[in-house]
Amino acid sequence: CPAPLITLLHISGISMSPSRQNLHHSLHSTMALPKTSYSVLSAFCTEENISQCIAYINQEVCSLGLTGVSLESKSGSLSAVPVLNLLYEVLQLQRRAQRALHELETQQLKNGSDLEHLQHSNCRLKDQLEHTRRDNSGLHEGERQLQLKIKTLQNWLKSEKEEVQKLQSIISSRATQYNHDTKRKERECTKLKERLNQLLMDKRDKKLSIEISNHVGRSDGKRGLWKTGKMEARHEGEMYRALLSDYETRQRSLMMENSELKKVLQHMKKDMITILSPKKPCIKTEPANDSLEQAVSEGEEEIGDSSRETLEQSCEQAREQLTNSIRLQWRKLKSHMERLDSQASLVACQEREGEEMMSRKEHEEEMQRMRMELQQCKEFIHMQQQLLQQQLSSPCDEETAALLNDCYTLEEKERLKEEWRLFNEQKRNFEQERKNFTEAAIRLGHERKAFEEDRAAWLKTQFLNMTPFVDRKRPALSEPHSALSVGTEPEAKLQSTPPLVTKSLFSTPKAASVKMPSTADLYRTLHLIPDSRGHGKCQSGEMSTKSRLRNCSTDCSVISLVRDENSPI
Amino acid sequence: MNFSEVFKQSNQLCKVSPDGKYLATCVQYRLVVRDFNSLQIVHLYTCLDPVMHMEWSSDSLFILCAMYKRGLVQVWSLEQPDWHCKIDEGSIGLVSSRWSPDGRHILNTTEFNLRVTVWSLCTKAVSYIKYPKACQKGVDFTADGRYMALAERRECKDYISVFVCDDWHLLRHFESETQDLAGLEWSPNCCVLAVWDNCLEYKILLYSLDGRLLSSYSAYEWSLGIKSVAWSPSSQFLAVGSYDEKVRILNHITWKKITEFEHPATIINTKAVVFKEVEKRPVVGSEDLSIHQLTVDNSLFSTQSKYEITQLPAQVPVIKPDPDRANPKIGISALAFSADNRFLATKNGSFQVQSLFWHCSGSSLVLLSKEHICLCYMEAEEEK
Repeated sequence: CPAPLITLLHISGISMSPSRQNLHHSLHSTMALPKTSYSVLSAFCTEENISQCIAYINQEVCSLGLTGVSLESKSGSLSAVPVLNLLYEVLQLQRRAQRALHELETQQLKNGSDLEHLQHSNCRLKDQLEHTRRDNSGLHEGERQLQLKIKTLQNWLKSEKEEVQKLQSIISSRATQYNHDTKRKERECTKLKERLNQLLMDKRDKKLSIEISNHVGRSDGKRGLWKTGKMEARHEGEMYRALLSDYETRQRSLMMENSELKKVLQHMKKDMITILSPKKPCIKTEPANDSLEQAVSEGEEEIGDSSRETLEQSCEQAREQLTNSIRLQWRKLKSHMERLDSQASLVACQEREGEEMMSRKEHEEEMQRMRMELQQCKEFIHMQQQLLQQQLSSPCDEETAALLNDCYTLEEKERLKEEWRLFNEQKRNFEQERKNFTEAAIRLGHERKAFEEDRAAWLKTQFLNMTPFVDRKRPALSEPHSALSVGTEPEAKLQSTPPLVTKSLFSTPKAASVKMPSTADLYRTLHLIPDSRGHGKCQSGEMSTKSRLRNCSTDCSVISLVRDENSPI
Repeated sequence: MNFSEVFKQSNQLCKVSPDGKYLATCVQYRLVVRDFNSLQIVHLYTCLDPVMHMEWSSDSLFILCAMYKRGLVQVWSLEQPDWHCKIDEGSIGLVSSRWSPDGRHILNTTEFNLRVTVWSLCTKAVSYIKYPKACQKGVDFTADGRYMALAERRECKDYISVFVCDDWHLLRHFESETQDLAGLEWSPNCCVLAVWDNCLEYKILLYSLDGRLLSSYSAYEWSLGIKSVAWSPSSQFLAVGSYDEKVRILNHITWKKITEFEHPATIINTKAVVFKEVEKRPVVGSEDLSIHQLTVDNSLFSTQSKYEITQLPAQVPVIKPDPDRANPKIGISALAFSADNRFLATKNGSFQVQSLFWHCSGSSLVLLSKEHICLCYMEAEEEK
């Protein structure tokens, strides 16, 4: 019969207090059954699954360590005794668990209260500690102050002792001095007494007298005067005169000093006015402007006053006025300077800040660069100085200077000589070459001439062979003559034609008069320059060359042309 | 340096005449007058007793020889060697004797400073001045020789009398505000008289010629006070040297201190130049010191000395004086202004300098000690 089992479990479920459910949910979850478990319970075991339920219960019970319930398979129902035993054991377990829970809860409460208690005491102790620490520091402070006081008192005591010692030494020195004086006086006194005694005893009385052979004249040569009241008055007068003259001289010197100082003050005032009044290109702020204006206006007033001042120089008021105005101006100047200073420092600060915006590295690099530059400049200057020193020091005596000069000129002369030698050599070489070339040219000319003659002869022969005019005279003979004559003609022009192109050959400043045929003639002989005659006949074959040659400007290097022509040479 | 032959003298009495033509020396009771350039004896006088004090008159015509033991003063004339004058003070005795500035009166101070007798060589008149004070410097004449100031002490108080030297007329007589007057000195312009107290009190008073007190100055109390006083030649400054090793300069307009100079034992002022005398003695081995050697070899004792410039800071050797003795050897004992008002020479402490004098041009200073003489030349910058 499962009904009593159910009711018992239900009772145990009711006996659960809802408040503990929250704390020990896990315990209860195993132990407590929800109030609505009735339906679940009824769902757990039904008529059909009794064996399964029993098996399950057995399983659970085994895990708890209790004996299981066996199913009497005979009747197919549970025997109540083991079930009741089981139930009893479970209840016992439950009771034990409850008790344990109670205990745990009480323990928990105790722990909680202990904890609270400990926390309170901790707080209290901390406060106490803080309090004692503060007291301690206060006491330390007090002790330190007392130590300080002790030190000062000791110092004071030392100084007092020193002073006492000094006073004592003074007293002792004074005492010795007094003693010494007293002794001296006493000695004198005794001497006097002795002398007095001696005099009293000694009846002889030596009178004081003067024996003089004759009176001497006064040092200033004047006669002695009687002593009268007038004399006294004169003496008095003289004395006062001496005093007065001294005072007068002193007063004069002081007046002079005074006037000089006044002048200085005036100048200073004027300078200050000029300093304060003009528009300076400095950083001006509003108050500065005001002060300047004020100063200017004041200054103008002062200038007006100064004219009056010169009239009343000895007047007290004028003096006071002057000093006051000077003082005022000075104060203004000072405040102005201070303002300028502060502004300048402000600007400098700003600039410095600005620089800090810039990378420090750059700044330092620049500094480094500047330093290097400076160093270089210094070295340079030093070198220059040395050289200058040398320059200045070397011609210290004229002989060496002259010698040095000579040395330099000698050097130059040598150099020049060398150069001239080279130049002359070059010139000679060029002349040589030129000569060669001219010879070559002449030879070429000759050869050409010969060639022309040959050609002419050949043409003539050809012509003669071709034409029936066989007996005609050989005008070819005249041609070489003409060529010769042509050759000779320009010779007449030798001296007259200026060596135009020689210059292009020799790049010397000197235009050497060349005895050899000029290049123009050379050209002519080479038929490079067209002469007035012109060769009508010999134009065909050499036309190209001639035109080529003719077209060449005179600036062409003739040598190369000549070389080309004389290549076989 | 060339030296003349050695002449005998006694009591350090050897003086050149004020006009520089003659040299007078005393040898016991003889007075020898020589021509200064040739050192030939010009006159020879014989006194009655060994001469204790000898003085030229201001116009170089007379010489005074005082013999204190016998209370006699004899006066000799250079123009007339036959002329003679003898002053006998009688039983009253003689302590000091001196000329007046005009060279025609002799002032004798009697024993115990009982009185000052003024003898006139022009007339036979005698004047007496009672109760002169015996102190460091109780009498002073003005530079122009017109007035004389004399310190007197009556009834435990100090007085000052001003006399007209012409006829010894008492011009002024006034009480001095000092406790115990130690000295008085006229300013070079003859209008101010500086009066100072003795070392137990630091006080210096300034009186005008007519006896009014112009000013009084005191630097400190109780310690030992003024030791020496000097006027500057222009009368603008008054230098007061005291036992505290300082010199204080007062100015003539306000009579207040304008500056003070210290004399520290270590000189660190970078503007100072310190000259130190360095002696070179020939070194002698102890085995050579036989008597024969000592008598023959004079060069053994000749020491050469020269002055070297010492590096700053320089340490000045200081000998601490015995504090138990009176008038201790500390403080400024000598002061001298140069004639051009530019320099002030001071001597501090126990150095063995007897006197220091400036040349009248102000360019050099002579220091005299017991055995040495030192000349200091001041470098003057050329003025354009």
